[in-house]
Amino acid sequence: MPTLALDGAGLTVGDRVVLAPTTLTLTERRIGVIGANGSGKSTLVRMLNGLVEPSAGRVVVDGFDVARQGAKVRRLVAFAFTDPAAQLVMPTCVEDVELSLRSLERHAGARRARAMDVLERFGLADHAHDSVHSLSGGQKQLLALAGVLAVEPAVLVADEPTTLLDLANTRQVADLLFRLEQQLVLVTHDLDLARRCERVLVVEDARIRYDGDPGAAVDDYVASVGA
Amino acid sequence: MSDTVLVSAYVPRDTVVHRLWPGAKLVALAAYSLTVVLTRSMPLAFAFLAVAVGAALVARVPLGAVARATRAVLAIALVASAFQWWWYGRDKAVETFVDLVALALMAIVVSSSTPVNAMLDTFVRAVGPARGIGVNPERVALTITLAIGALPGTVALALETRDAARARGLGRHPRAYLTPFVIRVVARAHETGDALQARGLGDD
Repeated sequence: MPTLALDGAGLTVGDRVVLAPTTLTLTERRIGVIGANGSGKSTLVRMLNGLVEPSAGRVVVDGFDVARQGAKVRRLVAFAFTDPAAQLVMPTCVEDVELSLRSLERHAGARRARAMDVLERFGLADHAHDSVHSLSGGQKQLLALAGVLAVEPAVLVADEPTTLLDLANTRQVADLLFRLEQQLVLVTHDLDLARRCERVLVVEDARIRYDGDPGAAVDDYVASVGA
Repeated sequence: MSDTVLVSAYVPRDTVVHRLWPGAKLVALAAYSLTVVLTRSMPLAFAFLAVAVGAALVARVPLGAVARATRAVLAIALVASAFQWWWYGRDKAVETFVDLVALALMAIVVSSSTPVNAMLDTFVRAVGPARGIGVNPERVALTITLAIGALPGTVALALETRDAARARGLGRHPRAYLTPFVIRVVARAHETGDALQARGLGDD
């Protein structure tokens, strides 16, 4: 598994500490991140691919400094957002996947074939030529994941990918995430999903409150809310 | 809900028009549009419309797509021609109306018979020589894609914001939905920017 390392990485905007300087080394295959809204979870994981640049310290992915070698890091680390609508930019499903593949596959025919393979794997082959706007919420999230995973990154960071989904779609997307060969960093409010990880970080007030065993981490988070 | 305004849904079919090289279609569309706009003649406007209808029949454009895509254009064309009638008289008004409908129809013929990626490849190749003066063809192509993709998304946001204003009983006051609408469009642009950056698009 790739090594995701934060070395005293933190973010302060004006007087507000969004994330206190944090040092972490993540090498597990399935890493969960839980915690309250606005606690700093998103900032933490957005640093992993350079969407947010730390104001102190640095972030290193497999030896590449995120601030200095951003393009290399983004090829390694894919990112999935809560709302898939914002990241689907092409009119039809197959075209959106092809957009990701443009830099890898210059030949249009080969690109199409590869995009169709990807859609097949994500169970969206029947919708290849449908408008991305006609898909259900769950299908949109699957397509968004297909789009970022098509380039075969080493890591997937997913920021609450199931928050907008119903139970059936949550299960479908979650099963897909946990079947991936890629290293997974999963921000979630779904504690059952957090328990399926190997290591869980609990974030509270811009700090890591707990780091370790998923069961104990979830109990710690629940206890912190109850108190 | 946003399907009602999809301008450019590609419909896979096997017709002569679909097999044409995308560059040829774009050049033809440009030439056709210029001719229609520059030719000032009411009877000829109908001839241009006939050409567009012919092209639509050959490309087997689905009637539903035509109806959906032309609804907005028809409204605009009606208003425009009403003004023309008032200022310049009947012939000019009829010509404007027929011209606009013909242009819209021809645009639908091209967009429904050409996958967006094929158009992008064409743009990238066409802009390629400008690389020497600092133009990045991939980025030009991406910008065009985003502009096309932003239309249905923005309309969807407008409808949601209007519904939200209604649900709060804020009625028809434009400020009640225009302010949140503009904010949400900008927020959506930021999200899309993040998504593009995360996908490494524009890193090349």
